[in-house]
Amino acid sequence: MGPGLSWDLAYDVQLMFSYPFMVNAFRAGTIVAVIAATIGWFMVLRRQSFAGHTLAVIGFPGAAAATWLGLATGYGYFGFCIAGALVIAALPQHTGRTASAEESAVIGTVQAFALACGYLFVSLYKGFLSGLTNLLFGTIVGVTDTQVLVLLLSAVPCLALLAAIGRPLLFASVDPDLARARGVPVRRLGALFLVLLGVAAAGTSQVTGSLLVFALLVAPAATAHKLTTRPSVGIAASIAFALLATWIGEALAFFTVYPIGFWVTTVSFAGYLAASLWRVSADRAGQRPQVTESAADLAEARP
Amino acid sequence: MTMTQVQRQAVQVPDEPVVQLSAAAARVGGNDIWSGVNITVQHGEFVAILGPNGSGKSTLLKVLLGLQPVAEGAVRVLGSPPGRRNRDIGYLPQRRAFSGDVRIRGVDIVRLGLDGDRWGTPLPLLSRLLRPAAYRARQEQIARVIELVGASGYAQRPIGQCSGGEQQRLLIAQALIRRPRLLVLDEPLDSLDVPSQAGISALIQRVCREQGVAVLLVAHDVNPILSYLDKVVYVAGGTAVAGRPADVITADTLTRLYGTPIDVLHDRSGRLVVVGQRDVPAEHH
Repeated sequence: MGPGLSWDLAYDVQLMFSYPFMVNAFRAGTIVAVIAATIGWFMVLRRQSFAGHTLAVIGFPGAAAATWLGLATGYGYFGFCIAGALVIAALPQHTGRTASAEESAVIGTVQAFALACGYLFVSLYKGFLSGLTNLLFGTIVGVTDTQVLVLLLSAVPCLALLAAIGRPLLFASVDPDLARARGVPVRRLGALFLVLLGVAAAGTSQVTGSLLVFALLVAPAATAHKLTTRPSVGIAASIAFALLATWIGEALAFFTVYPIGFWVTTVSFAGYLAASLWRVSADRAGQRPQVTESAADLAEARP
Repeated sequence: MTMTQVQRQAVQVPDEPVVQLSAAAARVGGNDIWSGVNITVQHGEFVAILGPNGSGKSTLLKVLLGLQPVAEGAVRVLGSPPGRRNRDIGYLPQRRAFSGDVRIRGVDIVRLGLDGDRWGTPLPLLSRLLRPAAYRARQEQIARVIELVGASGYAQRPIGQCSGGEQQRLLIAQALIRRPRLLVLDEPLDSLDVPSQAGISALIQRVCREQGVAVLLVAHDVNPILSYLDKVVYVAGGTAVAGRPADVITADTLTRLYGTPIDVLHDRSGRLVVVGQRDVPAEHH
């Protein structure tokens, strides 16, 4: 892209938003950042990053098939991601903690097959070579008004649903045994969450491409988990990081010749790296003397 | 606090036992697990459920929580059929260790015991602004139960970074937060080191006495809790035997139940120690 940066930031921002495609890119990016960061926070907590990545990869053949059939890519992403989520939800015991080596092997095989199918559909649709890169690594141009509307219409019910199930989902994620004993429908909540994850992965794919969804789905959430243990603060921080990464990434993609996927991912990665370093040093500084417990127990055991 | 205590005392009818099984039998998938079981647990009693692996201890807990139907006989829990009064039962499932990377604070784990099964999303900032009195009352309720189990020092730390004994204290706080009248603990001492076992046992006994909560505790090893027990239930050989420790914990009864030689020794202060060979309580697992 790249009209190049001047020294006047206000002028640069004004210039950027004088292009309608950039306005749409920012709209889409904002919607996607909010939903990816929120659902991503739960995904990281539930250790389902692998499932999230699989869903994003499954979206690629969907989008490629949609292009081949002359449909908007968005429908392909949503259709395949949601169908994939339902399939994973129907598989027995899919969560991170119980996932066996065989299950992860199955998921890996499915990922490879999904990529291969996507590549087939791209070849079937002649003369689509730049499209392939866009589907895999994202593009800043060509976000239509309809696409923004579809993203918004998918994001709002998802977030509303997540708000309705937030507390029992947290309970089922950190303490499934007790949640089940308390009557929380742990399995159905897990299935519902996978569908939400599918929607988030499909939306995110449309900004970052199928292979770079983790830039918005994992990195901001993982950064937030490093920085705070409070769920509400963590989700807010995750959204803030995702918005920053998206906005900065999109602006950099506009002013430089390098693509959006690279910039969004780089900003996210830098944030995660900084948070990890901070965490390590904070843990070092706050290390407590290991006496407390046994001493307390011994004191109590004494009559 | 005082108000609820008064109400609780008024509600408690001492006549009705907390748990009563009469000639009860359990069947899982067509197999008889145990039958002819008679157990009565009174208010504030500390009862251990002991027995070899696979004898049906967990089935007994499931029957009491209403998760498993009783095949024969009658079962009453807190004066109702099983499952009806689960809100008044604090349940601690078989030991769940939180791995080191679980970055949720202990205090939040305890809070989930209070309202984790309610739909919606908690917004602490909003509820603090809109309903400050209710918010403060809940905060105090949580702080009080954490204080009760002696976990105040580390409740703000991610639970994954707490030791096994610390995690167990927080989980007991979680089970106690709704002020239950019956506490059901499934092997809470397993995989704890010896000082922690002693500490947690003493804590449970203190809670049992001070709060007037009846405790049903499934254990592998009877020795850490033996001196606190009001009653023991041995589940073995397709049935269960319940009674005072001095009556049930005898070499003859245990040898018959386990089908393997077991000795019961008395030390100088009159305390019992159970000693055996294979799959026996005295061994540390």
